[in-house]
Amino acid sequence: MAQAPNTPAAGRGKSKELPEHLKAYKNVWVFVELEHGRVHPVSWELLTEGRKLAAALNVDLAGVVLGPSGEGTDSAVAEAFHYGADRVYLVEDPLLENYRTDPFTKAMTDLVNTHKPEVLLLGASTLGRDLAGAVATTLATGLTADCTELAIDPNRNMAATRPTFGGSLLCTIMTQQARPQMATVRPRVMAMGEPDRSRSGEVVRERLDMVEEDIVTKVLDFIPDADSNQAQLAFADIVVAGGLGLQKPENIKLVKDLAAVLGAEYGCSRPLIQKGWMTADRQIGQTGKTIRPRLYIAAGISGAIQHRVGSEGADQILAINIDPNAPIFDFAHHGIVGDALEILPALTEAFRQRLAVDRLAG
Amino acid sequence: MTQREHFDAIVVGAGPAGNSAALVMARGGLNVLQIERGEYPGAKNVQGAILYADAIERLIPDFRDSAPLERHVIEQRMWMLDDEAFVGTSYRSDRFNEQRPNRYTIIRAQFDKWFSSKVKEAGALVVCETTVTGLLKDKRGRVIGVSTDRDQGEVTADVVVLADGVNALIGSRAGLRKELTPNDVALGVKETIFMPREVIDARFNLKGNEGVVIEAAGSITAGMAGTAFLYTNGDSVSIGIGCLISDFKTSGVRPYYLLEKFKQHPSIAPLIEGGEVKEYAAHMLPEGGYNAIPQLYGDGWVVAGDAAQMLNAVHREGSNLAMTSGRLAAETIVAAKAKGKAMTASTLKAYKRALDDSFVIKDLKKYRRLPNVLHNNKHFFTDYPRLLTNAAETMLRVDGVSKKEKEKSVMGSFRAERGLRGLAIDILKMNRAWR
Amino acid sequence: MSQGLNMVVCIKQVPDSAQIRVHPVTNTIMRQGVPTIINPYDLHALEAAMALRDRLGGTVTVLTMGPPMAATALRKALGHGADRGILLSDRFFAGADTLATSYALTSAIQKIGESRPVDIVFTGKQTIDGDTAQVGPGIARRMGLNQLTYVSAIPTIDQEAGEITVHRRAEGGVQVLKTKLPCLITMLEATNVLRRGSLPDMLRAERAEVETWNAEAAGVEDIGKCGMKGSPTKVSKVFAPSPRAEKAKMVEGDTAEAKARVAIDALAETDPQLLSVIARQPALAS
Ligand SMILES: Cc1cc2nc3c(=O)[nH]c(=O)nc-3n(C[C@H](O)[C@H](O)[C@H](O)COP(=O)(O)OP(=O)(O)OC[C@H]3O[C@@H](n4cnc5c(N)ncnc54)[C@H](O)[C@@H]3O)c2cc1C
Ligand SMILES: Cc1cc2nc3c(=O)[nH]c(=O)nc-3n(C[C@H](O)[C@H](O)[C@H](O)COP(=O)(O)OP(=O)(O)OC[C@H]3O[C@@H](n4cnc5c(N)ncnc54)[C@H](O)[C@@H]3O)c2cc1C
Ligand SMILES: Nc1ncnc2c1ncn2[C@@H]1O[C@H](COP(=O)(O)O)[C@@H](O)[C@H]1O
Repeated sequence: MAQAPNTPAAGRGKSKELPEHLKAYKNVWVFVELEHGRVHPVSWELLTEGRKLAAALNVDLAGVVLGPSGEGTDSAVAEAFHYGADRVYLVEDPLLENYRTDPFTKAMTDLVNTHKPEVLLLGASTLGRDLAGAVATTLATGLTADCTELAIDPNRNMAATRPTFGGSLLCTIMTQQARPQMATVRPRVMAMGEPDRSRSGEVVRERLDMVEEDIVTKVLDFIPDADSNQAQLAFADIVVAGGLGLQKPENIKLVKDLAAVLGAEYGCSRPLIQKGWMTADRQIGQTGKTIRPRLYIAAGISGAIQHRVGSEGADQILAINIDPNAPIFDFAHHGIVGDALEILPALTEAFRQRLAVDRLAG
Repeated sequence: MTQREHFDAIVVGAGPAGNSAALVMARGGLNVLQIERGEYPGAKNVQGAILYADAIERLIPDFRDSAPLERHVIEQRMWMLDDEAFVGTSYRSDRFNEQRPNRYTIIRAQFDKWFSSKVKEAGALVVCETTVTGLLKDKRGRVIGVSTDRDQGEVTADVVVLADGVNALIGSRAGLRKELTPNDVALGVKETIFMPREVIDARFNLKGNEGVVIEAAGSITAGMAGTAFLYTNGDSVSIGIGCLISDFKTSGVRPYYLLEKFKQHPSIAPLIEGGEVKEYAAHMLPEGGYNAIPQLYGDGWVVAGDAAQMLNAVHREGSNLAMTSGRLAAETIVAAKAKGKAMTASTLKAYKRALDDSFVIKDLKKYRRLPNVLHNNKHFFTDYPRLLTNAAETMLRVDGVSKKEKEKSVMGSFRAERGLRGLAIDILKMNRAWR
Repeated sequence: MSQGLNMVVCIKQVPDSAQIRVHPVTNTIMRQGVPTIINPYDLHALEAAMALRDRLGGTVTVLTMGPPMAATALRKALGHGADRGILLSDRFFAGADTLATSYALTSAIQKIGESRPVDIVFTGKQTIDGDTAQVGPGIARRMGLNQLTYVSAIPTIDQEAGEITVHRRAEGGVQVLKTKLPCLITMLEATNVLRRGSLPDMLRAERAEVETWNAEAAGVEDIGKCGMKGSPTKVSKVFAPSPRAEKAKMVEGDTAEAKARVAIDALAETDPQLLSVIARQPALAS
């Protein structure tokens, strides 16, 4: 990814012919992030997105699965097909049990050098970012991090769009003279498609050319997070959030009350985290969680761009703000101009009644 | 054990007063340490402001070549506002589009930073993010240095220049002066509202780097003694309002509320419509005037700028008084050093003499009665604006009533509100205060 | 007797992104007057390095690649207690993406290591302007350092044995990793609080000459791998997010209760399944 540019770089991205030796690079790859027998959902989101890119390029979509042999790996392979992969590149090796930079980088770069994909997508998770940086440097190719939009331009280059300058702006970045074109995408930024359980495809197996002695770094232990109850904001169907418009920490209760009636997760804008009104895992936005709920209710949130990029993926947004000109109304679907401290309790009560009626009706 | 470092002079604060003092002393060959608590000089001084060329020109003659100046002022409007309307005067002249304009709008954060870069070029050592917490004194009570809020934070010097601004905490803490009273300080709140240059040019009828200043008074201060202003910067306007702390205390009005009201006033709102508030700041101003000036020097110390109450509230001049007093203090010290004199009270007394001879003290003396008059006669801010706007409206409306009758009704309204005696006294008071 | 650890901390001067505005007419970035700060994540890296210096002794060199004004960032770091500052500045470095940045920084770190081998290179987790988290891994790859990203703690370090253990944030938990020096660590935020330097530190920082290295001084071998030339990615455009075509439909009503009811109707009209989805939510309250 290019560093934040100094000027809107008109003309900098002049398109040039791809060097001859890179023309052999074909197909779109998605790294299927498998750890502790579980696949990170961002991988399925990326396969869904990768399908579109592959279609635009008229090439195949492949998943890359790296892991020890066993049930987890088998099901990751199967599921990769369900989520749209035409082919899966599989490296099975006990060294790939716990994530470490060296063996994963080696496995990935060897695969790329052998099978030559033109696009390689990874999740912008801690694992994905660790791996992407090492792989891109080893392959001396371009990497665009944290993309929010991917597209194929008329010259078959991937145009990767991402926020820059703390999210106030977006920029589109291209890798025209190197392959593969790499990008990472944050969880929940892309939509996940419905799996098709009937799909399957070709598995291409490769070996990891490495022994434990080659790997300097050892995993001594893995300490799972104690708080498994951590906010599941990113995956919630309904999210209610409050901003500075709540005015006092006590008023967070109004958000929680509504969330409880809706069976929703609750969250907030960044200033509330900074004030210590909520824990950091509940921040929604660019530097917090990206959410994609079916319904997002935002109360007393102005809708700053950093908040917007993390929430506008919601199917429906209902915004409550006292200021009819608040920017949040620019991207919300429904708006209530009014005092959140009055509207929130009213909504809680109205929902409670509606749900009771609905439930009675069956 | 670590040794305390020793300097010829320590300057507390990197505002206009401190920067002027440090610059002159460093140029005079002194080994100068300047200490500023802000992240960088100007960081705490976020306001936009008016810069008067004369004072800075005496220090940096070619300042126009490199200083971050926003616009030069070609028009000054003075408005008396009531709740809906205003009467006003203005002066605008193309002659202000001169080679070396006399007044500029500036953004203090940028200007102070630039000024500080000149101080560093002159050879002073500038340390930021460090707060001076007290003065070091020897057994005989002479000031010999400062302590700061950092580890191993003491430094010594032959002389300490206190230019720490309106609160003047260091001087009060060290018992060099009495504490400020709420009558001596005003609280100004201010916003910088961002708007594209072209919009400002169009709304204020400007081109190039021309700028406008609006000074306003009246019922917008909700019956308190105070004034409001609006300055045009390059691509923002600075807008603010200030009143005496004592008035805020008695009235219970919140400063921010006043600013909001001012911004919504029908004469102001269209000028800033659509703008984005970029910065909000509150800052105090020493408005006690001549009578509030503290002791200005002593053994091993001098005080300059706002810390010495050097602010002319009537003309909203402060930075120029600060620069001038900082410069005069430094010149006194450089001269004494050249003669090898110790920095005793009797040596530093020359600073006070220089100040007395300058416009600084002369101007402050001229207005010495004004703070009191305004403070004790709030009707200047309530009744008069309303009477004046009503009068203007009555006279301007053409409705079949004869001019003579109109004049009578206007005079009647003045008399009814203030009484003949009251009017006469007001005029007298104002005259005396202004003299 | 060992001389302690030789550590390099990479810091970047970035615009305080909170203060960047887009010109509403021309849609270009307005950077004028926007203050610059040290990338906040890098401060944790700096503190982590100084904390190791407290434990084992050694030197902390701060390194930045940027325009001449980036010297301010180094001076600041010195004021916090770093020992030495090096500014990597050359017009050839301009326009670098992460690949080219890691190349230039690697050259400089190798140069620093000529007099005494570098034990640990620190970087921040990511920058707030580039936000890529890739420069650290890039340096590690190029220098063949053991790569430790998202580190939250360094419980043990044994210089004799050349071993270090760290806590690394992973998905769903913390990995305890053991590896050999030399290594590269990218520090996680909120792991430590940067110390305030002493007054003598501040005086030293203000007086210090920041060493400025151009490409040649940094021992860069291949200029073609630097700056815009050495960057495979190109920014093709920068733009402000476009407003959504439609603004929110405003819910009308005289009272809060009325508004609430109308709002629910509106939501249910757009998404007829919504209420039944809600009714199925697990955490339903009474
Ligand atoms: C690098 C960077 C990253 C950032 N990342 C994030 C991020 O991830 N997430 C995030 O949220 N922010 C982020 N921010 C901060 C962001 O720029 C905004 O400052 C923040 O989102 C504003 O929060 P807010 O809307 O709660 O507060 P404000 O902007 O103060 O808005 C409060 C709103 O409440 C309304 N209001 C007031 N009273 C009432 C009432 N009684 N009833 C109803 N409405 C009322 C007001 O009209 C106003 O619109 C980031 C900023 C930067 C610089
Ligand atoms: C709203 C407003 C508008 C104004 N408009 C104008 C105008 O248009 N034109 C004009 O000429 N004047 C104006 N003034 C007045 C002007 O700002 C002051 O008179 C001027 O800044 C005084 O300069 P100074 O150097 O004495 O103090 P300051 O500018 O206040 O500088 C003092 C410095 O010392 C530092 N400091 C304080 N305590 C310590 C400590 N303990 N340790 C270390 N550092 C410390 C502070 O951080 C500060 O940087 C205005 C003031 C206000 C509040
Ligand atoms: N120009 C630079 N100079 C020095 N260090 C840098 C530079 N750019 C990035 N870094 C370091 O690399 C880390 C990750 O940056 P990034 O990949 O841009 O998110 C930062 O936290 C810094 O420690």
